Amino acid sequence: MTQLILFNVFNGLIVGAFYALMALGLSLILNLSGVINFAHGGFLAIGGYLAYALIPFVGFWGALLIAPFLTAFLGLIVERLLIRRLYGRDPLYSLLLTFGLAYIFEDSTRFIWGAQSVPFQVPDWLMQPLSSHYFFLTGYRLFMVLLVAAAVAALFLILTRSRLGIRIRAGTLDLETVSVLGVNVRILRTLNFGLGIYLAGLAGVLAAGMLGLSPTIGTSLIMPSFVAIIVGGLGSLPGTLLGGLLIGVASGITTVFAPSATEAIIYVMMGLVLLIRPRGLLGEEGRVQ
Amino acid sequence: MDREPPQRSRRRTVLKAGLAVGAAQLAGPFIISARGEEPVKIGLDNPLTGTYAAVGKNELIGCQYAVEQINAKGGILGRHVELLVEDSTSGDSSTAVQKARKLIDRDKVNFLVGNVNSALAVAMAGVAYEKGVFMMDPGGHTDAITGTGCHWNVFRICNTTQTEANAVAGTLVKDYGKKFYYITPDYAFGHTLEAGMIKAVAALGGTRVGGALTPLGTTDFSSYLIAAEAAKPDVIIFLVQGDDQVNALKQAVQFGLEKRVHLAGAQGELEPLEGLPPEARIGTWVFEWYWNQPGVPHVAEFVAAIKKKTGRVPTARTWFGFAGTWSCALAANGAKSLEAVKMAKFLQGYHLPPEVALMPDGAYFRAGQNQLIGDLYVGNAQAHGSAPDDLFKVTKVVKGTDVAGTLEETGCKMTWPA
Amino acid sequence: MKRLPVNRLSSRTFSVIIWIVLLTLPIWMRAVGSYTELGTQVVVLALAAMALNFLLGFTGTLSFGHAAYFGLGAYGAAMTIKYLVPSTPLAIVVGMAAGTIAAMIIGALIVKLRGVYFAMVTIAFGQVFYFITFRWNTVTGGDDGLSGWHRIPLDLGFTSIDIEHDGKAFYYFVLLCFALCVGVMAFLLRSPFGRTLLAIRENERRARFLGIPIERHLWLSFVISCLFASVAGALYALLNNFTDPRALYWGQSGNFVIMAVLGGMRSFWGPLIGAAIFVVLQDYVSSHTENWMSFVGLFFVLVVLFFPRGVLGIIRRRTMR
Repeated sequence: MTQLILFNVFNGLIVGAFYALMALGLSLILNLSGVINFAHGGFLAIGGYLAYALIPFVGFWGALLIAPFLTAFLGLIVERLLIRRLYGRDPLYSLLLTFGLAYIFEDSTRFIWGAQSVPFQVPDWLMQPLSSHYFFLTGYRLFMVLLVAAAVAALFLILTRSRLGIRIRAGTLDLETVSVLGVNVRILRTLNFGLGIYLAGLAGVLAAGMLGLSPTIGTSLIMPSFVAIIVGGLGSLPGTLLGGLLIGVASGITTVFAPSATEAIIYVMMGLVLLIRPRGLLGEEGRVQ
Repeated sequence: MDREPPQRSRRRTVLKAGLAVGAAQLAGPFIISARGEEPVKIGLDNPLTGTYAAVGKNELIGCQYAVEQINAKGGILGRHVELLVEDSTSGDSSTAVQKARKLIDRDKVNFLVGNVNSALAVAMAGVAYEKGVFMMDPGGHTDAITGTGCHWNVFRICNTTQTEANAVAGTLVKDYGKKFYYITPDYAFGHTLEAGMIKAVAALGGTRVGGALTPLGTTDFSSYLIAAEAAKPDVIIFLVQGDDQVNALKQAVQFGLEKRVHLAGAQGELEPLEGLPPEARIGTWVFEWYWNQPGVPHVAEFVAAIKKKTGRVPTARTWFGFAGTWSCALAANGAKSLEAVKMAKFLQGYHLPPEVALMPDGAYFRAGQNQLIGDLYVGNAQAHGSAPDDLFKVTKVVKGTDVAGTLEETGCKMTWPA
Repeated sequence: MKRLPVNRLSSRTFSVIIWIVLLTLPIWMRAVGSYTELGTQVVVLALAAMALNFLLGFTGTLSFGHAAYFGLGAYGAAMTIKYLVPSTPLAIVVGMAAGTIAAMIIGALIVKLRGVYFAMVTIAFGQVFYFITFRWNTVTGGDDGLSGWHRIPLDLGFTSIDIEHDGKAFYYFVLLCFALCVGVMAFLLRSPFGRTLLAIRENERRARFLGIPIERHLWLSFVISCLFASVAGALYALLNNFTDPRALYWGQSGNFVIMAVLGGMRSFWGPLIGAAIFVVLQDYVSSHTENWMSFVGLFFVLVVLFFPRGVLGIIRRRTMR
């Protein structure tokens, strides 16, 4: 029994790390631009499919390197053509627009690569479990956690050390002042959006190695990512990371005790957190959306 | 959106061109006389988006090919056949019901065809029964459709889940052990398939050591797999379908579970195997139709024609759509009527002609149940076969009559309209 | 507050046009190649979207969990007919009660939250209800939905109206329910209570300083909004003679929000227009191409770009000024 719980906690952390990666991208965009990006799952799928298309030419590692950048590039185009027009308007319009985009992305991937899931090849040596006892710790999943950790570390470095990052964080707190200080807010938002979509693309490549790559791969991941953001606290990136890990572990443990509540548990958790601590676990008091 | 979507015109034109060619080739006098008449309409209400988009699309291809053939051979009662296609979505029963009503009330279809998703098929059968319209279920497997919830006007091509379970249970218990763990999708199909497996396995001395119900669209199976491994079964049975099956198998193989437990399932299909990387194409399955059947008449022509049309071999789904659509035409032409009651009466005990059945022992609709009984193919998934699409090795062909159970066991009690 | 939508509402012409269209719909629906059930569906979903907009457009609070109350209404109605009494009006009353009682309890818990947090907590409770109906197979039928029942003809004592088989009769029955609900909502919005809600929407802090009990108003607005959403849910179940857990899924809540925003959430009739476009567009495009999602998605994008306040936002500005 204890072993089963332990297994599920570990496994929950792995799953949670993945949610966190997706949630961080969503969170970046939401914080700075006030855009609720419902097309994030679509970008994720595109990231996976681009990698799938690239593997025959550049191999898995090349694809892992290139596909997220291509996805981010698509994100930049979308931002310049569409999202940009929404700044300053009610966030609900961004919801309508990104909802439409999500439809278009899902349909386009289906049109190009077919409805059927495609076989996504990951290097063989990554596919093995590390020990026969901890069979769920496969090379690939461990690699994924390390990559998420690296991406998160890099993200925090960018946000705290680089000029761009400091501006993004400052903009999150008070966009008007930042703009008055002479920072080009338009470019800032564009780059920030690209960064968020890069994370979606990265999550897409990682997901494709673990899940079946089909046009709907992103649909079921979007809601848990939102939950991670809210549980952790809006506006706080460490909170988002914490939220992701927490919901992963919570649903893992629930599988042991009440399997039929596995999906509901993350919503129960979000409800409880909001009722007890309305700003989320690490959300800053006084910051009103 | 004032312009018609281009996709539509293209599809319809292709279809019409096909009709024109077919008519011109035959050019019999009775085609000409049929021209002024209203076409016979077949309404397909099946998933084209969502989890079941791939299998739904293959059924559609089978239907389209059958319609081309039917029209080339003189249509239904000498009239042209038109296929109306609606996307039922993969899981939204309200949409499926709404589309079924639309096809029946507005388009006045003569036949309603669908649905891949068992829950949607049951919901559609309710509408068809209420309206007294002939319905053909090509690929929704839950037992109720031709069992406890059977209707005089609802026919089915694919097997009941109990039949599939009976077909595979013997091999599993004999070769791999007696302790079974089930990973089951949480809807009608999954519930009946699991119940069927438990029953079939119990008859041979096997037991259920545990199981998990997973919602349709589950992506991460790791926690279910951990629970499954902890129960120490001899065999893990994957009853999930489509993308869910791809996810589950991919993760099971990454965990190396296939090295310690035998992985198997009841219903296997070519579509998920094609979506899996080679090393994850494993396990014992039942196929309901397979393209690689050397020596069975007409199969090679069918495979060649579908390959020419789509570039891929037909799957069981393609055949479901094909045989389902042909059965509609055969019923009407046999009954010399489009009245649902007459057609339904005609199909009782009807044997499909070999060029439609495409199976070594043929296939027939069992009277009093409206269920097609044909062959089933037990075997193993394989990473590489004789051809790139040959991903399944048939080890045993099981006759449907031997595993379908008796009519009483199905629980079907039909009341015919007076 | 110079642009109170309630004032615009008094522009009677537009309302009259809407009612004429709705009343004559079954007559011309077939002529334009459509069918009565589609019209019924538009009216039912429009009621749900207008109910949501009572909270969203006129109180300034976004709920992303209205499908829960819509779905409770649907299951309430379905289970009444299936297990208790074969009566259509009673089914609607039970459905309405189920949704409203749930909303009263949930509402009391969440009125302190604002903005995105309010929206997310409504999702949370909505999803919990969704998973309960999904997993409770024996009672709700689980993912397969609740079938094996149908709406019952109306018995008026001296005569009976066959809303079971006569699609047009059912349409007018639904339209009557719609008219009652919409009438009550319009009345409430013109009342001092409705004006107070607008004041809260425009500036909550100022309203609070004026001594308005914000939480109580918000709670009432939420409950009223959910009440009409559950009526819509009950009618939806009766329309399909069927219901399933998808009625409670967050995606369904999202659809209501989309309808309201699409049509124009600051306008009383906006959600009706939004629902009509949403339903008819999907129905029409999806029977012509399997790539319907691209067309519908593109349409949403274009609306956001070219109709900054929703479809009705611009039409009304053009015609009314």
